[in-house]
Amino acid sequence: MAYTLEGSTGLWEVVVGLEVHAQIVSNAKLFSGAATAFGAEPNAQVSFIDAGFPGMLPVINSECVRQAVRAGLGLNARINPVSRFDRKNYFYADLPQGYQISQYEHPIVGAGQIEIELADGSTRQIGVTRLHLEQDAGKSLHDQHPTKTFIDLNRAGVALMEIVSEPDIRSPEEAGAYVRKLRSILRYLGACDGNMEEGSLRADVNVSVRKHGEPYRTRCEVKNVNSIRFVMQAVEAEALRQIEVWEAGGTVQQETRLYDSHRGETRSMRSKEDAHDYRYFPDPDLLPLVLDEAWIESLRAELPELPDAKKARLIAEHGLSPYDASVLVAEQSTAMFYETVAKGRDPKLAANWVTGDFFAALNRTGRTVEDSPVSARDLGGLLDLIADKTINGRIAKDVFEAMVETGRDPASIVEEKGLRQVVDTSAIEAAVQKVLDANAANVAQYKAGATKLMGFFVGQTMKAMGGKGNPALINETLQRLLS
Amino acid sequence: MMLTDLTIAQAQAGLRAKTFSAEELALAHLHAIETLNPRLNAYITVNHARAMDQARAADAALAAGQGRALTGIPLAIKDLFCTEGVRTTAGSKMLEPFVPPYESTVTAQLLRDGAVFLGKANLDEFAMGSSNMTSAFGPVENPWKRLQNADAVLVPGGSSGGSAAAVAARIAMGATGTDTGGSIRQPASFCGIAGIKPTYGRCSRWGVVAFASSLDQPGPLARTVEDCAILLESMSGYDPKDSTSANLPVPDFQAACRRGVKGLRIGVPREYRIDGMPGEIEALWRQGMDWLRDAGAEIVDVSLPHTKYGLPTYYIVAPAECSSNLARYDGVRFGLRADGGDLRDLYERTRAAGFGAEVRRRILIGTYVLSAGYYDAYYLRAQKVRALLLKDFTDVFTQVDALLVPTAPSAAFAQGENMDDPIKMYLNDAFTIPASMAGVPGMSVPAGLDADGLPLGLQIIGKPFDEETVFAVAAEIERSAGIVALPSVRAGA
Repeated sequence: MAYTLEGSTGLWEVVVGLEVHAQIVSNAKLFSGAATAFGAEPNAQVSFIDAGFPGMLPVINSECVRQAVRAGLGLNARINPVSRFDRKNYFYADLPQGYQISQYEHPIVGAGQIEIELADGSTRQIGVTRLHLEQDAGKSLHDQHPTKTFIDLNRAGVALMEIVSEPDIRSPEEAGAYVRKLRSILRYLGACDGNMEEGSLRADVNVSVRKHGEPYRTRCEVKNVNSIRFVMQAVEAEALRQIEVWEAGGTVQQETRLYDSHRGETRSMRSKEDAHDYRYFPDPDLLPLVLDEAWIESLRAELPELPDAKKARLIAEHGLSPYDASVLVAEQSTAMFYETVAKGRDPKLAANWVTGDFFAALNRTGRTVEDSPVSARDLGGLLDLIADKTINGRIAKDVFEAMVETGRDPASIVEEKGLRQVVDTSAIEAAVQKVLDANAANVAQYKAGATKLMGFFVGQTMKAMGGKGNPALINETLQRLLS
Repeated sequence: MMLTDLTIAQAQAGLRAKTFSAEELALAHLHAIETLNPRLNAYITVNHARAMDQARAADAALAAGQGRALTGIPLAIKDLFCTEGVRTTAGSKMLEPFVPPYESTVTAQLLRDGAVFLGKANLDEFAMGSSNMTSAFGPVENPWKRLQNADAVLVPGGSSGGSAAAVAARIAMGATGTDTGGSIRQPASFCGIAGIKPTYGRCSRWGVVAFASSLDQPGPLARTVEDCAILLESMSGYDPKDSTSANLPVPDFQAACRRGVKGLRIGVPREYRIDGMPGEIEALWRQGMDWLRDAGAEIVDVSLPHTKYGLPTYYIVAPAECSSNLARYDGVRFGLRADGGDLRDLYERTRAAGFGAEVRRRILIGTYVLSAGYYDAYYLRAQKVRALLLKDFTDVFTQVDALLVPTAPSAAFAQGENMDDPIKMYLNDAFTIPASMAGVPGMSVPAGLDADGLPLGLQIIGKPFDEETVFAVAAEIERSAGIVALPSVRAGA
């Protein structure tokens, strides 16, 4: 069921396009060679080029080009063998050159697409219009002094990829899924760390609304939204605002807006009349960027397995459900964890453990896959202990909890606590006999046809054995003695 | 002979033979600067102490047998080249307090080769002008005087006016210049010296204050063609810090000066015969053809059909780029700042106080032609015409080896002349602009004097990266012309 918002005049459809700015993982800036690490002292990572000193010239950083091409390949996009850098001219205190070097007319990457998955299990293709390279600006700090603004140029000149989507997105959920998927792909590629808190990934959200079957109405751009949750909220808040404007007989004006997450609303930043005339023109300091086909192909060949392909493989080869596969591939670190656990073991069992007890433990302890108290190797070891019948599944849960608490490996926990499962058939038979003797009435009912009581007998036996009995052997023995 | 009269080639020999020291050579120039610069205003900054240090270092290198191509040669550096620790103004109030913490690639190469920097030469503000009248540090006097009315103060041309005047007046042996639409060639012609704008990409632009990036090109000015060749060899070469720098080996330009022109085909484009060109320039041009023909070259009539579009196109492209390049002068990080109530006020006050009228005019023109709604009609069309201008040269160079044309449509004019109408001033560059737009090398060489006794130059335009042929032809004209006249204002006069 398509997402709609109900107004006083009926149902409205939401149309969203996203421009995502992703900081490229690179040691040096796009044109200057200055460092890019986050969190440095203000103005500690600024070259004379970044500061726009007279006579300074930009030189393209080939690593940033490589990352942009890999990102393009990861988005199934056309790589443009010739692209060009343009100057986007405007004055601002944190824009030292008075222009941003960007790719306006001829981006490095053309049309591509991203498949998003929705909560109901359905998928949609969202078109990517283009990906281009550009410089970030510096930062103006207005809160450091009562009358002065401070400028930090550490970010000035840092390489960004701007990834522009088609207006294919139709709901807050799709907008969130799009950013999540894009971030996942970029992380798999190592092209962007996707850290939205540090500003490595930010989105400009273009929103318009329309009645079903109408052409597009005027859109507004909500700038610099820095979390997936806020992207989703901004879509809804802005759509509701526009619906209200239209339904009150007004007209939505094209403008740039900001999302105020505290108040859950968007507000105007500048209208179309105040819009800059950026006076784009080709940067005469830079030659067109010409890429060698063979080089592009070599990058294609070296791409890691990306989420979609990995998901397909986990479904086809590991026999996982589409849902489990999606959950496991969403983050590369999770996928790697799972694949380490599953290697040479029962993949479904591995998937159950990772998505079940393991995720629950992470949630409970507030940890991430990267700093998990349980390593993939140890979780794999636990599965081995189950497989070779050293412990049974129930005991395994206890062992796992001990692993989460202590960080120790499962074998030593099993040894220390004496949790090895009992496979001695005579011991099991003795325990079973004891249970049957103590429950004569139930045995009689069972024999009269109440076969559901089998579970009861198993439970009682297991309880009597302190949980360490082999379930299969207990079952087998019960069947034999009750027949 | 006075030390200041020596050519670079002669001084190299004298220094090696220990006929005189680099210290003596520098001192002779610094003394002459002391005497003449208050009048000529060719230097904005004179580096007495630094120059003497460099000269002493040069002597030490020579004594140790480690002399290089330019060891001990005293030069003027156009004040558009950033020089580490030495104020670099670009002829503008905007950069009056600016001391760069880095050395431009071209000047670093000259220093590497042992040159002594006497000081920073005056220029039109941000290299925008053809008379040196737009400098915030005052105009430069051309050391040449008219035979009649010798009191008139003539302009040295521009924008490398200080460089040209200094070399002509013998207060520098050679100088660096930059040429965007004729800024080396026109002042060389006005001051009776040689100057070459090499192929775009031959010399690095890194560390040179930008005017119009797609046109700006450093080059040398000197009193002889050979001296220009010596300087250009040092200034040239690939620089990974300039993306538009050409990764090509640097030829032996000095040797090319001795090649002669026998067998060369020299084109004479008919479009350069413009209405209103003074007869004596027409005559000098013919004279130049005769000299080359006599020396064994073949003169060929050719056509560069889009020539007349060069000037108007240039005055779209160059201002467009300048409007963007000069945006960085905002009072925030370096140079002049005029405080204001808010950021916009700071910008407006700073830029109003820092930029002169001509710079402001070009920023306004450039901003206009790049604006939404005008871009296609002006900038985009200008780029298309520029491609046609380049094609003109590409086509003609399938027929000829080089072109011979006048450098400028007149000799030096007086301060105050041509000032009423910017277009008149712009016309000074009509003959130099096409080569700039095409990026091909062009050299002005003194070829004669006009009726007032003022020098006139002829221009040789070559194929891309074929400065060698340009030098060969220029040297031939220099030999044939055999000019002995000297400027009235000069060291020792």
